[in-house]
Amino acid sequence: MEEERHRKDQNTSEVDSVKQAITKVLALLTSHKDHNSASLVCKDWYEAERLSRTHVFIGNCYAVSPEILTRRFPNILSVTLKGKPRFSDFNLVPQDWGADIHPWLVAFADRYPSLEELRLKRMSVSDESLEFLAVSFPNFKVLSLSSCDGFSTDGLAAIATNCKNLTELDIQENGIEDISGSWLSCFPESFTSLEVLNFANVNSEVDFDALEKLVSRCKSLKDLKVNKSISLEQLQKLLVLAPQLVDLGTGSFSQELTDDQRAELESAFNKCKNIHKLSGLWQATALYFPALSPVCANLTFLNLSYATLGSSELVKLLMHCPLLKRLWVLDTVEDKGLEAVGSSCPLLEELRVFPADPFDEEITYGVTEAGFLAVSHGCPRLQYVLYFCQAMTNAAVATIVRNCPNFTCFRLCIMNPGQPDYVTNEPMDEAFGAVVKTCTNLQRLSLSGFLTDLTFEYIGQYAKNLELLSVAFAGSSDWGMQCVLRGCPKLRKFEIRDCPFGDAALLSGLDKYESMRSLWMSACNVTMDGCKLLASKKPRLNVEVIKEAESDDNQADKVYVYRTVAGPRKDAPPSVITL
Amino acid sequence: MSQDTTVDSPESSDGASLMSFDTELTLGLPGESRSPARAPAFAQGHKKNCTKRGFMETVIDLNLGTSHISMPRGQNSESRVSGTGKYPAAKAQVIGWPPVRSFRKKTLEGSSKLVKVAVDGAPYLRKVDLQIYSSYQDLFRALEEMFTCFTTRGDYNMEERKLTGALNGREYVPTYEDKDDDWMLLGDVPWKMFVESCKRIRLMKSSEAVGLAPRTPTNC
Repeated sequence: MEEERHRKDQNTSEVDSVKQAITKVLALLTSHKDHNSASLVCKDWYEAERLSRTHVFIGNCYAVSPEILTRRFPNILSVTLKGKPRFSDFNLVPQDWGADIHPWLVAFADRYPSLEELRLKRMSVSDESLEFLAVSFPNFKVLSLSSCDGFSTDGLAAIATNCKNLTELDIQENGIEDISGSWLSCFPESFTSLEVLNFANVNSEVDFDALEKLVSRCKSLKDLKVNKSISLEQLQKLLVLAPQLVDLGTGSFSQELTDDQRAELESAFNKCKNIHKLSGLWQATALYFPALSPVCANLTFLNLSYATLGSSELVKLLMHCPLLKRLWVLDTVEDKGLEAVGSSCPLLEELRVFPADPFDEEITYGVTEAGFLAVSHGCPRLQYVLYFCQAMTNAAVATIVRNCPNFTCFRLCIMNPGQPDYVTNEPMDEAFGAVVKTCTNLQRLSLSGFLTDLTFEYIGQYAKNLELLSVAFAGSSDWGMQCVLRGCPKLRKFEIRDCPFGDAALLSGLDKYESMRSLWMSACNVTMDGCKLLASKKPRLNVEVIKEAESDDNQADKVYVYRTVAGPRKDAPPSVITL
Repeated sequence: MSQDTTVDSPESSDGASLMSFDTELTLGLPGESRSPARAPAFAQGHKKNCTKRGFMETVIDLNLGTSHISMPRGQNSESRVSGTGKYPAAKAQVIGWPPVRSFRKKTLEGSSKLVKVAVDGAPYLRKVDLQIYSSYQDLFRALEEMFTCFTTRGDYNMEERKLTGALNGREYVPTYEDKDDDWMLLGDVPWKMFVESCKRIRLMKSSEAVGLAPRTPTNC
């Protein structure tokens, strides 16, 4: 008996030490996907993993609840949370839809008082929430808000005032109420820890004196993106104080400078040996590009999407940027500008061409297939493209992907809905067919133009790595959607608008949706009956319908289907019906 | 969703009767012929050559029947653009389309002064941001580059406030529509005032410029 007990004790302590070892090893994993996989191995690993995890990524805030999250993972320091469906960026989701951060913050304040990082995308964030955040987490370091809405510059003031250990404040592209720029002056004099400050899209004028002092005392600042209220002259002063910058967003890039001022600006840029990323450049004219030349040689990322440059201005600039890997421009650069991209930037991996005036009724000539072709000829390493144009041809796309077979993300937006190949007048099926056949690593695809079910047949047949598919004004029948649901094993997000897909298509994905993050269908042919059927058969999915004011009773105007362990939402507004 | 497929073409504002000529759009640009590599790609498929044509013949043919209309819910392919292989001239207004985030629109609105530029004989409008240029010369140089059929044989002489650009053997007169909806000659007012009041630009064939200003440009 004694011996048995002794042996048992030895076993237990061995098991304990193995558990500890596993926990230590798992703590070294950085990817949340790896963590997820590890947790599935066995119960011991699940236990070890949940204790070791410090960072959690939640792609859909309604897939899990704050309670479930905090119960499973007790030691979280960093949270990334995404809320609204992506089409909310284009005003397709009602303002009051949800994704409120507050209940999460309350749970975190209770269970993760040492929380350090919060990265939010498409969440509703109020000033009260920001104030609560600012005082609840004494170790708080990183706040990143992207495409969020509901807060104002007052909320930013609370953060600046109270977060004594802040290293990162990244305010991107949000629906922010811009009351005043005084928030920036709220950083106390003793505050020196900032490494990242991005207020490029917070438009109101800040107190430059306060900004200058802030930059001066934050010696670790490596990413600074100011807004357009900052002039060239002011920029020069900031650069002199922060030559260690790696990522710079300038303010307004046009001002009448004297020769001396111009020389000072160039000298300031010359001292910034580490700048690899450049953005801002509002109202940039070619006049001051020479000041940038010391920096151009090292640039890997250049964002000119706020600069309405023409082709000749772009040509002048790109000549000096041979190492560019990522470039964002407006279509004012036209095809000639893109030819310069092809000839000057052989290492390019990502190109985004945004339309300067997308909502105008009159069509102005922007970029065409010629520009895209020129880039593909000169930039064989291209992996990511976002291209807005008025029309395209199948032949051009086929050539483009032959030149660049490594696309992982292909987002082509032909701006005229249902626009066929403008030379042959055929559907654009063969274009996207070529994309999925040639680009075997394709993970993200956005379709446009006049498309029949054939496009979807191709996608289902060839796009075996596809994770995100975005469809608008396309397809001929339910068959199209069925092909995709059947054929794409890695599909996670499927967003559809204005397509002739109905209940049969919706229900064909019955066994698929639980393996996906979400499905969005708006202005299609889905009915309430179809949605109710789906909801009844799949209790682990939330099937939500957003009804519009003047629709028939049985019409399901907007449908959002997503897997969840948290059950139906308790915070849905009246327009959102959970089935 | 309403659709508006009429283009507010510059010609309509000066009272010229446009639609009385039932002509077709040519995709070729007027002026000297260029090698295929230079011409915009979409012009190449078209059989018509670049020939001199009168002003009226170059009216953009909107041909409303073939322009695309906004898609009713769940429409199938038959109701889409039948088209005749034309580059689109006007487009439907649809909610949330094109998929561009509103912050981009707001950002650009504040910081640029984009105006449309129409050139008699060129089928498509272009856009320039007046704020990135600092003088009429700058602007004109940019327009030259944009519309490759330009060959300026003249000087832009600011002191004499006379525009003598001659293009393709014909004369183009740069005009603009100001805040009061009047068509004026470029160069009449100081640059900054022009930037502030200009709504759109039209490079007009000089034969049409009668009545706009007392001086008519002459060959140099």
